[in-house]
Amino acid sequence: MSQRKHMPSIHVPHHKNTSASETVTMPVPDEVSISMSQNIGAPCSPLVAKGDYVKVGQRIGDVDAFVSSPIFSSVSGTVKDIVKVRGSMGGFETHIVIETDKKQEVSEEVKVPEINSFDDFVKAARDSGLVGLGGASFPTHVKLNPKNLDECEVLVVNAAECEPFITTDNREMVENGQDVLDGMKMIMHWLNLKKGIIGIEANKPDAIVNMHRLIEQNEIKDIEICELPSTYPKGAERVLVYETTGKTMNAGVLPAQLGVILDNVSTVGVMAEYFKTGMPIVRRRVTVDGDAVAEPKNVFVPIGTRIADLVEFCGGYKKEPRKIVMGGPMMGRATKSDESPTMKNTSAVLCFSKDMAEVKEESACLNCQRCHTACPLGLMPSIFADAYRDKDVDRLMKFNVMQCMECGSCSFTCPARRPLALSNKLSKFMVREASK
Amino acid sequence: MDKKFHDNLIVSSAPHIVTESDTTRLMGSVLLALLPALLASIYIFGPRALILAIVCVASSVLFEYVFNLITHKKQTVGDLSAALTGLLIAFNVPANFPFWQAILGCLFAIVVVKQLFGGIGRNFSNPAITARIFLFISFSANMSTWPVTRLAGSTDAVTGPTPLALYAEGSKDQIPGLLQLLLGFHGGSTGEVCAIALLIGGIYLIARKVISPIIPCAFIGTVFVFGLIATGSVYWAFFHVLSGGVMLGAFFMATDYVTTPKLPLGQLCFGIGCGLITMCIRLYGSYPEGVSFSILLMNLCTPLLNNLSYKFYLKGGFEDGK
Repeated sequence: MSQRKHMPSIHVPHHKNTSASETVTMPVPDEVSISMSQNIGAPCSPLVAKGDYVKVGQRIGDVDAFVSSPIFSSVSGTVKDIVKVRGSMGGFETHIVIETDKKQEVSEEVKVPEINSFDDFVKAARDSGLVGLGGASFPTHVKLNPKNLDECEVLVVNAAECEPFITTDNREMVENGQDVLDGMKMIMHWLNLKKGIIGIEANKPDAIVNMHRLIEQNEIKDIEICELPSTYPKGAERVLVYETTGKTMNAGVLPAQLGVILDNVSTVGVMAEYFKTGMPIVRRRVTVDGDAVAEPKNVFVPIGTRIADLVEFCGGYKKEPRKIVMGGPMMGRATKSDESPTMKNTSAVLCFSKDMAEVKEESACLNCQRCHTACPLGLMPSIFADAYRDKDVDRLMKFNVMQCMECGSCSFTCPARRPLALSNKLSKFMVREASK
Repeated sequence: MDKKFHDNLIVSSAPHIVTESDTTRLMGSVLLALLPALLASIYIFGPRALILAIVCVASSVLFEYVFNLITHKKQTVGDLSAALTGLLIAFNVPANFPFWQAILGCLFAIVVVKQLFGGIGRNFSNPAITARIFLFISFSANMSTWPVTRLAGSTDAVTGPTPLALYAEGSKDQIPGLLQLLLGFHGGSTGEVCAIALLIGGIYLIARKVISPIIPCAFIGTVFVFGLIATGSVYWAFFHVLSGGVMLGAFFMATDYVTTPKLPLGQLCFGIGCGLITMCIRLYGSYPEGVSFSILLMNLCTPLLNNLSYKFYLKGGFEDGK
């Protein structure tokens, strides 16, 4: 049951053009480029060398750190090169470039995990290579292994998918609804959680109907569906925890500290698949859309596929692309080149032509406070922007800039087209630097 | 591999989409909301009202254009805010006001009040209301000589008093009835007479979420309650709400984003303050009308009200962690 009093939210155009498009599997491209930095936390080190032959599901990158997740080859073929490239975050990333032989031979390492205890379960979650597939890419096994496990009671599955364009979570529930429920039951069993809640925005009726049907069919009593209003950003972690459980979550707090385990719906579904087949995450569902793409659709993409190959599979560009966003248009990252490969957290590839790509010219603040009323947390982005300009760290902290979750609602709403989300981001950086 | 990649894409910070509503649209919808009042004033005072409006809008836009040109600033006339100021100045002077004086008012509003303080978003007081006061002080005679409405009909008089002036004189028997006040057939500034047209425009702005209802409600509510207590009669309380510049001021000038407080608490205080000052001037001051002074004075209080409301806003605060 959704909360009666909602957090502030905004209406963004939904553009869910591909919600009815059944996921198709794209053929293996000639070459993939698999990044070693696909999760929050420590990046992986390559376990293979140039010239090695790798198979599908073979572990090619790992690191000995708690907040990390191993990386597996999505193809069979020969390691052509190991290169350092500038990633979309600005820093350098190691990429393993593999020339595929298109045989898609499965590695011997791939076997169904045997789970007899909680520790086995967490280890298996790590071995699945799963990270938050919604976009945050937080390693799943870390989420499932909180310090205060005995205080955790609820599993909240994030199926809000509040970002415009993206429909991968919707398709996961329509196509793999059973996997989602199986995954949830498994997590609830091993973590001893009493209740499961799936938070779905009302603009996904197919998914809601299908999940209700499956819950009834399986006679599940401890999982319920929480229908959320279709406004942005209902899928933001802190908003979703409040909307589904009524608990208020501040910045720097993990859901587990409030007794909530929170996972993305696709992550849960893919985990169930892994427990059945033993195949770690080597492909993912990606929504390809935007006005520059000829045939927008949902595609199963081998991880590491370059955007150019993916778009070619979707009929190529029908207009000259000027901006390509990986993830949703509200929080996703623009990439410099369509040579960039897809990653575990690439929920969407959105290609925009000139009309939609150009950054609007900024004008003076009118003091209308639409940014303030749009902010889910009631922060005052216009004050942050001024304080950032004045380098006034005290004022930034006094007005709680560190609470900002960078959802972008302020920038979206600003009639003067001020890049408020950016100044919030930079303000947070300034505060962190100052408090060092 | 000699595949060709698109290597020169635009990279910018999220979000990558923005709402359609921009400054121009906001100002445009305020202009649209003023249209009923403009049509009403043309009907009531004749074509002179329309010509006055055109002169004020054109000269305001021209002054802003020329100022930006001379000072090498980015051109801002496209955001329609100068046009809005111009129209509001026309609404705030009598329909028979000399053009050159109206143009002088526009010059004062745009150049002195707005542009010299940094242009749109930077002025501390509402340009139109400040221009009204400037004109009132400079040309008191012309600013308080009101043309008669078309309903005056057979009499030979070309000018007549406003209901508030009659009220101040104590000749209550000559004051038009509430219905006449609502429809606008009485003496007054060009755009302020037809209360019902202004109300329609104000409700449109609130419904479109262009303005928040807090200031208009607090302003009008305070005028009504003050009137009720001071006169002891509902009739005269309504009289105070419907006469003079209350409707125009409350919906269109006390709601100017730039010069009013940011947070709801500050806006509430702002509206109440406007109502109190208006009524104090009307009932106990030597001027029959006080709307423009009240808004200007409250504009000056805006930074104070902001600081006051920040205190309460930050008290709610966030806990650090759990």
